Amino acid sequence: MTTTQRPPARDEQQARPSAPPPAQGRRLSGADIVLECLTYAGATTVFGYPGGVVLPLYDRLPAHPQVRHILVRHEQGGGHAADAYARATGELGVALATSGPGATNLVTAVQNAMMDSVPVLFLTGNVARNLIGRDGFQEADATGILMPAVKHNYLVMRAQDLAPTFAEAIYLATTGRPGPVHIDIPKDVFLEEAEFHWPERVHVRGYQVPGAASEEEIRAAAERIDAAERPIILAGHGIVISRSSEELQAFAERAGIPVLTTLLGLGGLDQRHALSYGMMGMHGSYHANMAASNADLIIGLGMRMDDRALGRFADLNPAATVIHVDIDPAEHNKNIDTAVPITGDVKEVLPQLTAAVKRASHPEWVRWIDDLARAHADSLAVPEGPELTVQYVVQQIARAHAHDDDAVIVTGVGQHQMWVAQHMSISRPRQLITSGGLGTMGFEVPAALGAQVARPDASVWSICGDGGFQMTFQEIATMVDEQTPVKLAIMNNGYLGMVRQWQELFYKDNYVAVSMSQPDFMKIAEAYGIKGIRVEEPGQVDAAIRDADAHPGPVLLDFRVTADDNVWPMVPAGAALSETVESADEVV
Amino acid sequence: MLHTVVALVEDRPGVLNRVASLFRRRGFNIESLAVGTTHEDGISRMTIIVDGHEGIVDQVEKQLIKLVDVIKVEDLTHAEAVNRELALIKVRCTAENRREVLEIASVFRAQAVDLSPESVILQAVAQRDRVNGLLDNLRSYGVMELMRTGRVSMRRGTQVTAYGDQNGESEEMHRFHHESGRLPEGELPFASD
Ligand SMILES: Cc1ncc(C[n+]2csc(CCOP(=O)(O)OP(=O)(O)O)c2C)c(N)n1
Ligand SMILES: [Mg+2]
Repeated sequence: MTTTQRPPARDEQQARPSAPPPAQGRRLSGADIVLECLTYAGATTVFGYPGGVVLPLYDRLPAHPQVRHILVRHEQGGGHAADAYARATGELGVALATSGPGATNLVTAVQNAMMDSVPVLFLTGNVARNLIGRDGFQEADATGILMPAVKHNYLVMRAQDLAPTFAEAIYLATTGRPGPVHIDIPKDVFLEEAEFHWPERVHVRGYQVPGAASEEEIRAAAERIDAAERPIILAGHGIVISRSSEELQAFAERAGIPVLTTLLGLGGLDQRHALSYGMMGMHGSYHANMAASNADLIIGLGMRMDDRALGRFADLNPAATVIHVDIDPAEHNKNIDTAVPITGDVKEVLPQLTAAVKRASHPEWVRWIDDLARAHADSLAVPEGPELTVQYVVQQIARAHAHDDDAVIVTGVGQHQMWVAQHMSISRPRQLITSGGLGTMGFEVPAALGAQVARPDASVWSICGDGGFQMTFQEIATMVDEQTPVKLAIMNNGYLGMVRQWQELFYKDNYVAVSMSQPDFMKIAEAYGIKGIRVEEPGQVDAAIRDADAHPGPVLLDFRVTADDNVWPMVPAGAALSETVESADEVV
Repeated sequence: MLHTVVALVEDRPGVLNRVASLFRRRGFNIESLAVGTTHEDGISRMTIIVDGHEGIVDQVEKQLIKLVDVIKVEDLTHAEAVNRELALIKVRCTAENRREVLEIASVFRAQAVDLSPESVILQAVAQRDRVNGLLDNLRSYGVMELMRTGRVSMRRGTQVTAYGDQNGESEEMHRFHHESGRLPEGELPFASD
């Protein structure tokens, strides 16, 4: 392992945003300390669900009216809502659950936030200290269960440790590569009194936040960038997380390099930009996958070289040189051999690179990609015809909001998610909220709740799978309570569509456990007292979108889409990006 | 190939769990793991012997240092270092062949630390290969019990593997980092409702 001299990374930060907290130095109960901490950190929206051991905390909520508690209908929903809240704003999300079943119900949401590097604070109560380890009622080892699914976690055994724990946890969750942090608090710690003391500085000696790259690293990268004939940028979630769209655009323009994005990188560069070539990966466009496969230089920026984005690692493009900028050094050389690994924040490294490289353009290379894009436009075309397709619905929702700079699109996981990625023309950071790494069905409804709570004035559309919707739709009740005017658009194909597609293509049409009988979704809307709209043909789509947008409350739309469409292009599982296929005939 | 990875970690609850969980989850093979305190307050030291090729070990180091409770990681595989493990070996032997067993022990510079009419416990503090050699020679007598601690490693010369920050942690942070998370001492009121 070679190490180069780099600017020192930060391992501490001023933990006080401004003046010390008003309650500093006062004796408070643990419950009050928790609420003071959230208030001081500005994390005052909590998606929670009560239970025995957190009652002392709930008891004190009315005394802290600045903390907004949103009662969800399932802890998983609370976790996803907090996650989407964080994705929509870039700020910390907070989810709260009771011990035992409350904590275990959070697991999916915690891992979801972990995989996509989302800053969420997960709070759980636990049994009283003297019952820990005795299998008391509703005891679960939440700290142990969540340990591999969080950036870090804590079991707080003394009220006096609450404030420093929160200060450190929030620092860890929101800096460097963000991620979920979990704090487990025994019931009697909420009741114990201690002096509230928010530390002046947080210092974690085993934790560093990388910033800029060293001169050597920049020189090594710049040399290769200047020498490249067919360079390509793979932009990931890091660009969005680090608010580096402008820096990315400046760098791409200066070096004349086409930009592809991962699923979570969508929005990192405006898709209308001349150098934007869309999404790569399993359902990326044909030209994007070929560009990645034929480049002589691959520059990964804030992405983790994931298999869904890169296909079979060994055959991604063995001839290419790889430069990889990521804030997490563990991502370097994990999946792809990298010539120039750079540990740093893209926000700081990109301007360094822009200053170091020669102004360039690669007309031949760009033309080659353009020609491919034209020749292979068909596999990405929105089908025309009398049938109602997801692609068409997505396209029309996108068109209806083409001039709406605030619209937020949420998805579930499956075919509809990929069609959203392909046809929604995502052009701004944080416009798309989708579960990438974990691929969590059931994300779509609670995430829409969280996004709307975070962005009350935005138009929030959740494109739901009919399968995923049925995993978590109880959060409609929360939307009604909170008066969040989310538009839930179910892509009702009667199938676990993505699984059906795989069974068709790779299991010889052997359809097993993928066809679903559906409830009457209009009656579900009615039961929750929200507006329902059923759409059966393309001609009804635009009016339905208009009606939904005009309605001040939540709307449930049941789009009866074709049952057996497939998402193209596709990189078959385990194949290389260069083996992208565009129709079932090509699947061997 | 076996690699010697040394990690300095915060001495706080759960740290062993985090490290073990990481190795299990990522499929890294631990040959041995030895943990103990260091001269630096609040810092424990792990010597982890990992089986795998260079690429795997690179990942092991990076994933380890990514853990918040891990302060420093060094690969001592190719360093000039003193490597030792301790083995306790209970060998079946009687008055008749005890002398032979003790002779073998002395060749490998192991000591007898317990005797009974039908057994002897040998203690070896040595490099892995020497312990292996000793064991090979004892097998025919009957090894009744064996306990190896796993390797501990330290660089030769003045170079050290230590945190070494003079400023250390503020007293407040130190108390927080190393006392928090543990069950407080003394009786707690019973609170099960
Ligand atoms: C919680 C969870 N369980 C199972 C899966 C596996 N899976 C991936 S896509 C999919 C089908 C999704 O169906 P639906 O929500 O109707 O969306 P569609 O593909 O039909 O658009 C399934 C079952 C998953 N991603 N998440
Ligand atoms: Mg479906």
